[in-house]
Amino acid sequence: MSAPLIRVRGVSKSYRRGGQIVPVLHDLSFDVARGDFVGLMGPSGSGKSTLLNLVAGIDKPDAGEILVDGVDITRLSETELADWRAAAVGFVFQFYNLIPVLTAFENVELPLTLTALSRRERHAHVEAALGMVGLADRVEHYPAELSGGQQQRVAIARALVTDPKLIVADEPTGDLDRQSAADVLTLIDRLNVELGKTVLMVTHDRRAADFAHAIMYLDKGELSAAEDIHERSVHGRH
Amino acid sequence: MQFLKLILRNTLRHKLRTGLTLLGLVIAVLSFGLLQTVVDAWYAGADAASPNRLVTRNSISLVFPMPLHYRDKIRAVDGVQSVAAANWFGGIYQDPKKFFPQFAIDAVPYLAMYPEYRVPEDELRAFLRDRKGAIVGRKLSQSYGFQVGDVLPLTGAIYPGNWSFTVRAIYDGAEAKTDTAQMFFHWDYLNETMKVRIPRRADQVGVFVVRIADAARSAAVSQAIDALFRNSSAETLTETEKAFQLGFVAMTEAIVVGIRIVSFVVIFIILAVMANTMAMTARERLSEYATLKALGFSPAYVAALILGESLAIALLGGGLGIACTFPVAAWFGTQTGAILPVLEVGPLTLAMQLASAFVVGAAAAVLPGRRAARVRIVDGLRAIG
Repeated sequence: MSAPLIRVRGVSKSYRRGGQIVPVLHDLSFDVARGDFVGLMGPSGSGKSTLLNLVAGIDKPDAGEILVDGVDITRLSETELADWRAAAVGFVFQFYNLIPVLTAFENVELPLTLTALSRRERHAHVEAALGMVGLADRVEHYPAELSGGQQQRVAIARALVTDPKLIVADEPTGDLDRQSAADVLTLIDRLNVELGKTVLMVTHDRRAADFAHAIMYLDKGELSAAEDIHERSVHGRH
Repeated sequence: MQFLKLILRNTLRHKLRTGLTLLGLVIAVLSFGLLQTVVDAWYAGADAASPNRLVTRNSISLVFPMPLHYRDKIRAVDGVQSVAAANWFGGIYQDPKKFFPQFAIDAVPYLAMYPEYRVPEDELRAFLRDRKGAIVGRKLSQSYGFQVGDVLPLTGAIYPGNWSFTVRAIYDGAEAKTDTAQMFFHWDYLNETMKVRIPRRADQVGVFVVRIADAARSAAVSQAIDALFRNSSAETLTETEKAFQLGFVAMTEAIVVGIRIVSFVVIFIILAVMANTMAMTARERLSEYATLKALGFSPAYVAALILGESLAIALLGGGLGIACTFPVAAWFGTQTGAILPVLEVGPLTLAMQLASAFVVGAAAAVLPGRRAARVRIVDGLRAIG
């Protein structure tokens, strides 16, 4: 059995609000296997997004260690962490977070400008990524000219274009209608199944969570339950 | 390329806001340049002064004249090459508002001392032949339409009565900073007329312009001239032409200081406006900057985006402001006439305009850039654009 892609041990996190320390996560430990698709569920304020941010390296825990593909990201400097994120993580946000002044093509190309790829290579990667999300005919469109579902698909193309091992998605369907949400979830599922990407997805939506192989429930900063739904979810979707 | 593309497109993102900021910058840089040009014009006389020319005047005040016979004594001082008498005439042409300087001069030595006044040979000969002839500068001739052969009537304010001159020559300046808004006529004509009209005011000279052989000896020659007339009824004060001109500027120094202060206040105001614009811009785009950082872009990259945008707006506005300075200064020069005879936009003014635009652009980006660079990604992602 291979080592897990994500290994979280004794992670705690708290925030300071108005002079008060508010604990968010308390002594969390869990693993996520390579190629897994894990849903994070729980009530508002349970710490789902905070946990996702910590694993994605855009926030740091107060205590504990987080190893992703063998790298303890809690020990990296800000610069090292930025480089690590650029290479290892693909982000899908609830509100897409595309750069409005860049076209779909340019938005997807953006993370590649941090790599040593040539212009020709970058373009080949971008075209492939946009082709995979079904937006090859929308490359010159600006985000404002695309629907919410299309924007999220551009964001997914941006997340996969650097070929990261891990894709984190924070409420990726939270701003979409039912059909667009289903399209986006199907796409994320393809990244997991066809490209072998490990996916960690925060969601409130049980139907979205059904796409995951496993669901972790957070409540008041602690893991309250874990559910392996691989078989059920696979059957449920087909 | 992506970096420059982002800067360019961000700059054009809010066209109205960028346009208004640009307009403010154009006006500020133009105003700054114009005010600096006015200050330069104030010093134009001093800047155009020759180190080989001294000016001797009554030590009490310019208002008090000196006897004509001083001329020969000054000419005999060691180091003096030539001497020319000159009197401020102060006549009125048609209307007191139509002011321009008029000097009665010892024409031959005076014009020889001022090679920067370029007079055509034939016109100069015509002027020297005509006792009532006058020379006017090119700017003056253009302002009032004076042509060679025109009769130029003046009403005397210092020297009473009606005076009539014939324009015999028009001089040009050898350089842009040469004053061509003056009128000269024969000192002998003034003196002979005064002998008839008010004899006690004849043979009186306002200043002696002295040409010396060696500029390095100007202090020694000045002292030697003044020593000649010590304890006389009209003691003299001799100084370099530059010091003499600066003496006039000193009388109005408070105005010059005021203009300088206003010019810098204008830049400070536009800096505040620009800083506000960039702060608003950065605040609106906080989630975008956080996204860029999440994707792996460095805080320095994000700060550079803001700095680049700020500099692009400031330098574009500054460039347009500089471009507008030339026609506006030219128009302003036509309005001020002989009051500011040399209104030229100098290279130092241009450099200061450019530098002020750069400083405004850079300074306005400091706080927003720092904030965007330092914002935590998770906080930035929560920000609503």
